[in-house]
Amino acid sequence: MPVTVRIPSQLRPLAGGSGEVSLEGETVGEVLKALDGAHPGFAERLFDETGSLRRFVNVFLADEDVRFLSGLDTPVTAGQTLSIVPAVAGG
Amino acid sequence: MDFVTGLRCRECGRTYPAEALHVCDFCFGPLEVDYDYEAIAAHITPESIAAGPRTIWRYADLLPVNERAPVDLGAGFTPLVRADRLAAELGLGELWIKDDTANPTGSFKDRVVSVALTKARQLGFKVAACASTGNLANAVAAHAARAGMSSIVFIPYDLETAKIVTTAVYGGQLVAVQGNYDDVNRLCAELTSERPTWAFVNVNIRTYYAEGSKTLAFEIAEQLGWDAPDHVVVPVASGSQLTKVKKGFQELVRVGLLPEGSQVRISGAQATGCSPVATAFAEGSDHVRPVKPSTIAKSLAIGNPADGWYALKAVRESGGSFAAVTDDEVIEGIRLLARTEGIFAETAGGVTIASLVKLVSEGVVRPDERVVALVTGHGLKTIEALVGHVGPTATILPTLEAFDEAVQLQP
Repeated sequence: MPVTVRIPSQLRPLAGGSGEVSLEGETVGEVLKALDGAHPGFAERLFDETGSLRRFVNVFLADEDVRFLSGLDTPVTAGQTLSIVPAVAGG
Repeated sequence: MDFVTGLRCRECGRTYPAEALHVCDFCFGPLEVDYDYEAIAAHITPESIAAGPRTIWRYADLLPVNERAPVDLGAGFTPLVRADRLAAELGLGELWIKDDTANPTGSFKDRVVSVALTKARQLGFKVAACASTGNLANAVAAHAARAGMSSIVFIPYDLETAKIVTTAVYGGQLVAVQGNYDDVNRLCAELTSERPTWAFVNVNIRTYYAEGSKTLAFEIAEQLGWDAPDHVVVPVASGSQLTKVKKGFQELVRVGLLPEGSQVRISGAQATGCSPVATAFAEGSDHVRPVKPSTIAKSLAIGNPADGWYALKAVRESGGSFAAVTDDEVIEGIRLLARTEGIFAETAGGVTIASLVKLVSEGVVRPDERVVALVTGHGLKTIEALVGHVGPTATILPTLEAFDEAVQLQP
């Protein structure tokens, strides 16, 4: 069952310029691996050497930060949207 | 003319031209402005600065953009007030308040926005945008009006009334988002990809914007007669201001305006209802875990602070510490500063003062130090926080008898 992944402008060249792709997977981690499978290069941009999300990469499932859920192990269901968002400053 | 040589990723060191870029394309690390410090050192003197305007633009040589006519409402060069009465209450020797309530829209955000929109205009942007907890909203709406730019400001829907009115009055678009600040921020980060022609000051212009906070350090040093304080207490939301205050003092050493070896300890102030960075410090952890904020200090209510890790590192390297204070202590902090020094701070200033109190009691801030506390926003912005805490000390009929009965003041 497909999940929509939203891609920030910095990473769109990896996906042929697309801002959104549809992928399969049971968890957030699986979907992101599928993203790298479909468009090689994503994994090294999103994950550090230990396989964790890089410090400045935020991933939101249905608008909730996956760090508040179960991280990369968070289950996903068909029709949900996963957003990759660079961390930004505040105020 | 500016002295910028380019942008550099703070994480992986990749370099970029000085354009509207805010994160490293490779690792998403934040980009930092690089300068030709040798050229600046050869050019800048206390006299050249003193000959400049009484605004942040007197330090234009150390800012990422230098225009003859910046987007300017007069931000900066705010009073550095010697706070002897507060010092006496706390048992400190030399205490100063950097009173940034005196900025054009009442907070330090005028500094960063003046820099951001000057750069944005130079880069050709016509629309100014931001995600804000209120102070930034005020500053962006006002400076955009001044610059003749359109503005679109995104805020959490439950912001203080004063901050909504003081943004809306400038006539730009104001979008109240049903969520907390972190939700608003995420929306804006996504919108930045979809609306690349908008200058989101704290997203795609952030690299330049954040540099404006260095002027706090520049002013403190200049106002102390080109000398460094020993210890500065800084409120922490995203962590950007604290990081840039440290950078500001370091740059002054680098260009010869402060003596070699000048060391400034920097301590961070947070509210317990949103203290991800203070918590990481207390736990000795390198990982700033995001939290769901719940505090009256809404201008500091950033649960996922983008520069939290750098603020943590800056405090550790400088030999400072962190304090986290309750909402009751925040109110007490606001009242203490107002009562002793006549300065009315917003809730974030209450966090700073209450944290100062705590750091003094812990022996972290010491009586032998020259201490500066940053009060970064005006109390009129967050007046709701004080309702029920302060009010008339007597309500009487307009007669002398009623007055004499109700009020026992010495003549």
